[in-house]
Amino acid sequence: MTGYDLLELAVRNLRQSKLRNGLTTVGISVGVASLVAMLSLGVGLQQLATRRLAGSGMFDTVFVTSRQDFRGFDKEDDQKAPQPEKSPVLDEAARVKMSQLKNVTEVEPEIRVMGEIVSGGETHFGFVTGLPMSARENEAFDTLTGKFFSSDNADEAILLQDFAKELNPKNPSELIGREISLRYGERQALSQDSGDRPQALGGETNSSGGAANGDDFGFSVVRRVQKLRVVGLVDSEPYGGMRTVSRGRIFLPVGTTERLNMAQFTDMRSSLRGASGKTYMTLTVRVKDPAKVSAVQDAINQMGYRTFSVLDATKSLRRFFTVLDLFLGIFGSLALAVATLAIINTLVMAVLERRREIGVMKAIGASDSDVKKLFFTEAGAMGFFGGLLGIALGFAIGKAINIGTGIYLKQHQLPPEPVWIMPVWLIGAAIAFSIVVSLLAGLYPASRAAKLDPVQTLKYE
Amino acid sequence: MNSSAAFKTPQAVRVENVTRHYPMGEGLIRAVDGISLAIEPGEFVALLGQSGSGKSTLLNLLAGLDRPTSGSVVVHGRDLAKMSSEELARYRRNDVGMVFQAFHLIPSMTITENVELPMRFAEVERTERAQRSRESLERVGLGKRMEHRPSQLSGGEQQRVSLARALANRPALLLADEPTGNLDSRTGEDILNLIRDISLSLGMTVVMVTHERALAERFAQRLVFLADGKLVSEEVRA
Repeated sequence: MTGYDLLELAVRNLRQSKLRNGLTTVGISVGVASLVAMLSLGVGLQQLATRRLAGSGMFDTVFVTSRQDFRGFDKEDDQKAPQPEKSPVLDEAARVKMSQLKNVTEVEPEIRVMGEIVSGGETHFGFVTGLPMSARENEAFDTLTGKFFSSDNADEAILLQDFAKELNPKNPSELIGREISLRYGERQALSQDSGDRPQALGGETNSSGGAANGDDFGFSVVRRVQKLRVVGLVDSEPYGGMRTVSRGRIFLPVGTTERLNMAQFTDMRSSLRGASGKTYMTLTVRVKDPAKVSAVQDAINQMGYRTFSVLDATKSLRRFFTVLDLFLGIFGSLALAVATLAIINTLVMAVLERRREIGVMKAIGASDSDVKKLFFTEAGAMGFFGGLLGIALGFAIGKAINIGTGIYLKQHQLPPEPVWIMPVWLIGAAIAFSIVVSLLAGLYPASRAAKLDPVQTLKYE
Repeated sequence: MNSSAAFKTPQAVRVENVTRHYPMGEGLIRAVDGISLAIEPGEFVALLGQSGSGKSTLLNLLAGLDRPTSGSVVVHGRDLAKMSSEELARYRRNDVGMVFQAFHLIPSMTITENVELPMRFAEVERTERAQRSRESLERVGLGKRMEHRPSQLSGGEQQRVSLARALANRPALLLADEPTGNLDSRTGEDILNLIRDISLSLGMTVVMVTHERALAERFAQRLVFLADGKLVSEEVRA
């Protein structure tokens, strides 16, 4: 029998007992819907988590430190690396080299210093951090009041809303466009031959001949005041508060912080190095595309530095979601397993009811395999229609979940976010799965129908 | 080939020493117990006997619905006993047509669909299927009722549909199992007239099981009497 004829006969047979087959199909659809709803929830939650991380602007960033400093996040990684004392320092040359790597858009130091704003005779303490121009794209600046920095070198500041309230409790936005005075510590490098060099003990200073150009031979911290113009107010900390430079109340362009030579805690470490030129504790390498992060990471590792990216952190996150999806899938499948029993039951009933008909079909030339295929097709058709209906039902359940969580989030003054997402692949996979499961359920009834003895079924009663 | 065959043309059916035994509890039912029979092409043969004589079992063996316990059933030179179940299905589809006492039409299908069903199994192309089913139904005088359901027809009409269905794949052998058993005598005669006419015009061999001797004598060319699974006697009519 041709496939089309099979399908036509199968569908007409299914329509013969509409109620029973309809109920079975609804049973399958409930199974498919629960599976789809569960998996979509898994997908939705995963996307929600990923979106949060991606919004933090950390996905396209590689953090680089020298192996000489501290220990990394990954002990194993530290152990397999070359010995720390032989590792290169993070100096200007390294920074230039990294900025020339493929797909790298920015290489900036992480600068975070203490500062004080002098306003109306009061002083307000706050951490000052340097932001690269790319921070503009971070979600924190989506709700920026005012403007972003005009250039990487501008004498401009963006304040955290809370800090602005501290400065001007009545109307913080009035600060925009105003000048403020920032008091900070400037690092003044001492050159080896400078007169104000403190008396060193013994021959120690003389032996550090490598610091001939004097930059990091030592430094003193001198109080400075810098006039800055407030250009904007930001509601929340950039990068989801997850980076060193997030944790500040006064944000300056990173170029300005470098130009002003603001003294950092970590300068102490740099001054001990005795290497020539300026060195960095941490460099932040921004990559054009999150997909290229691991390649850039590899390239920097090759240069002998330690790297860290959120990608490393998301690996375990993805593992977690795989396990979650698996469990959701198993729970979702339970209903489908019950539906499978319903299919078996329905088809076994159909075989019993249609004994005579099967006998007739065999008598007029149907082969065993024709009969088997017919019952298979009926099972498959129920699976297909059940799958379609199940997708629709699952979609409705998902919409309800999204509306429900939306209301809940709103009550808690949070922006609504879809926690339930049905990807296209899931629609296809659910229908295919439903058909496959139905075919498996049809195995027994179909072979039972095929084995019927026509002589017995056609006996005149 | 059997050298004893004195005929030039091959026989339509040759049954040789065929048995069909069923186990029943401890014992054995010998439904067919060593029957030999030869039927010529175009012949109309009636199998007669009491119920339990083995006539229906013999018909089922000829139809390829059942397999003999021993012996051979050769139809058009091919031994059914040696065929696979797939080959038997093909044989039933293409070489035999069957008519039953209970008509055995599929009630959910229209008459046309019932007649088309064997052609679906034979994978006859759609347009040809429609044409052949119309021809078949016209041949049995039901050309105007093609879209009716079996339940809307009288018994005689249903049996005509059943006959049209049996003819759909143009078989050379028509097997009829008590075709008049569910019909009043006039309608039964009509059906047998139809069968005989078609058999004559198409040159089709007919084997009919019946217990109505009078009808058999009127329509069949040869009467074969069975009792207890054995061939008791034969009677050739003019």
